[in-house]
Amino acid sequence: MRKALHFGDAGTQHGADGRLRHLLSMEGLRDREILHILDTAESFLEIGQRVIKKTPTLRGRTIVNLFFENSTRTRSTFELAAKRLSADVLNIAVSTSSQSKGESLLDTVDNLRAMHVDGFVIRHPEAGAAHQVARHVGGEALVINAGDGQHAHPTQALLDVFTIRHYRGPMENLVVAIVGDVLHSRVARSQIYALSILGCPEIRVIGPRTLVPAELSALGVHVYHDLDAGLQGADVVCALRLQRERMEAHRLPSLDEYHRRFGLTSQRLEKAAPGALVLHPGPINRGVEIASELADGPQSVILAQVTHGLAVRMAVLTLLAGALGGEEE
Amino acid sequence: MSTKPGWDVEPLLDAMMRSLAPWCQEAETGMIGIYTGGAWIARRLHAAMGLDLPLGEVDISFYRDDFSHIGLHPQVRASHIPFDVDGRQIILVDDVCYTGRTVRAAMNEIFDYGRPARIILAVLVDRGGRELPIQPDVAALRLTPVPGEAIKLTGPEPLCLELRQVEGRP
Repeated sequence: MRKALHFGDAGTQHGADGRLRHLLSMEGLRDREILHILDTAESFLEIGQRVIKKTPTLRGRTIVNLFFENSTRTRSTFELAAKRLSADVLNIAVSTSSQSKGESLLDTVDNLRAMHVDGFVIRHPEAGAAHQVARHVGGEALVINAGDGQHAHPTQALLDVFTIRHYRGPMENLVVAIVGDVLHSRVARSQIYALSILGCPEIRVIGPRTLVPAELSALGVHVYHDLDAGLQGADVVCALRLQRERMEAHRLPSLDEYHRRFGLTSQRLEKAAPGALVLHPGPINRGVEIASELADGPQSVILAQVTHGLAVRMAVLTLLAGALGGEEE
Repeated sequence: MSTKPGWDVEPLLDAMMRSLAPWCQEAETGMIGIYTGGAWIARRLHAAMGLDLPLGEVDISFYRDDFSHIGLHPQVRASHIPFDVDGRQIILVDDVCYTGRTVRAAMNEIFDYGRPARIILAVLVDRGGRELPIQPDVAALRLTPVPGEAIKLTGPEPLCLELRQVEGRP
């Protein structure tokens, strides 16, 4: 499966010395690398509970949040993560309408390189944008993909597996169901890779035929078009955000119809294993992909995911910054 | 790498406890061990001395002053100080005091939890070679290794202190 869904140049992530230098996608990562990130994040989780939530680790470093797409949670947790590591943070929101294509992205990056920044956290509507920047800057700065088109959102997948491990232990014995618009979801893609690399024995995707790519079933992922069947016995249920623009593309009849067939409610969740965890990357569409009573209920770990996301992003920034300058080109 | 016969750690722990006893008369004295060796020593001292407060342990990886040169230590554990350090006397425990940089990092970390009234440094071995103005208040053993020798505590059970020949910087 890892090969079949391979996108672009995942080898860009590692330096010639084999150390992880950029975080661009889950594919290409080794299980021990993911576990090292998760273990490091456990330490940062503890720091978030202190009075002074700050360590001197990245003092003097400069991290740029370069966002070509709207984001609240991801951008603010990356900002806070860098600040809690004592880095200086530059937030740049670029409206996509003023940008044309790759050339101007690299122009923006080159201007920031001239300011001697140490890291780029990039969100971009085009798949492969962060890869392109990583190839461009090489070992000079770290690059973290904070979401590129429909391709990958690796820190989201990391915080999801961190959350699953936090509450349920290792993935090796878990049935994990991903529900919703898998086709357009960079979150789902990265989740599938992360779960698979960590040895999750049964990954299911559940959604309407128009929103679940058929080739997934050939890759060892179990595909369901019926919510009740797909939830049967699942230990973890990951809801995906339904993007309303899909409706306009006529891939869905109506929000009510979608909710009736694929919306998660406490009642539907009874099919899953008792006490199954419910995750959602946010922001939630209440009453569409998930009912309020479930999102706010005891099985939901949606807000814990946000807390964990901060710790995971601190861990990724620390590990990548630690590899900076370790290798001359 | 060769290993000379080690020291018996038990009498050294006893010596540390005797030296620490006067400090421990102050009520609610806290104890914090530095991972890994310092935490092993602190667990033994804490259990034997019957301190009121639970033991704290710190991993100084995020506070190291050489992070930008060598990156993150491959195994980082969560620090855990289960008491309020503010206004308290704290016994900071490490296995070996050498350059003083680890102790500095540990003190920086402790200050991120609050402002202790006093910090006392207790170590199993003071091996000299300080690069910072930091001195232990309690040291059970003082050694002066020659270049190429390193002091290594292995444990946690049994605790074993050895002088090893290493290549390169001790």
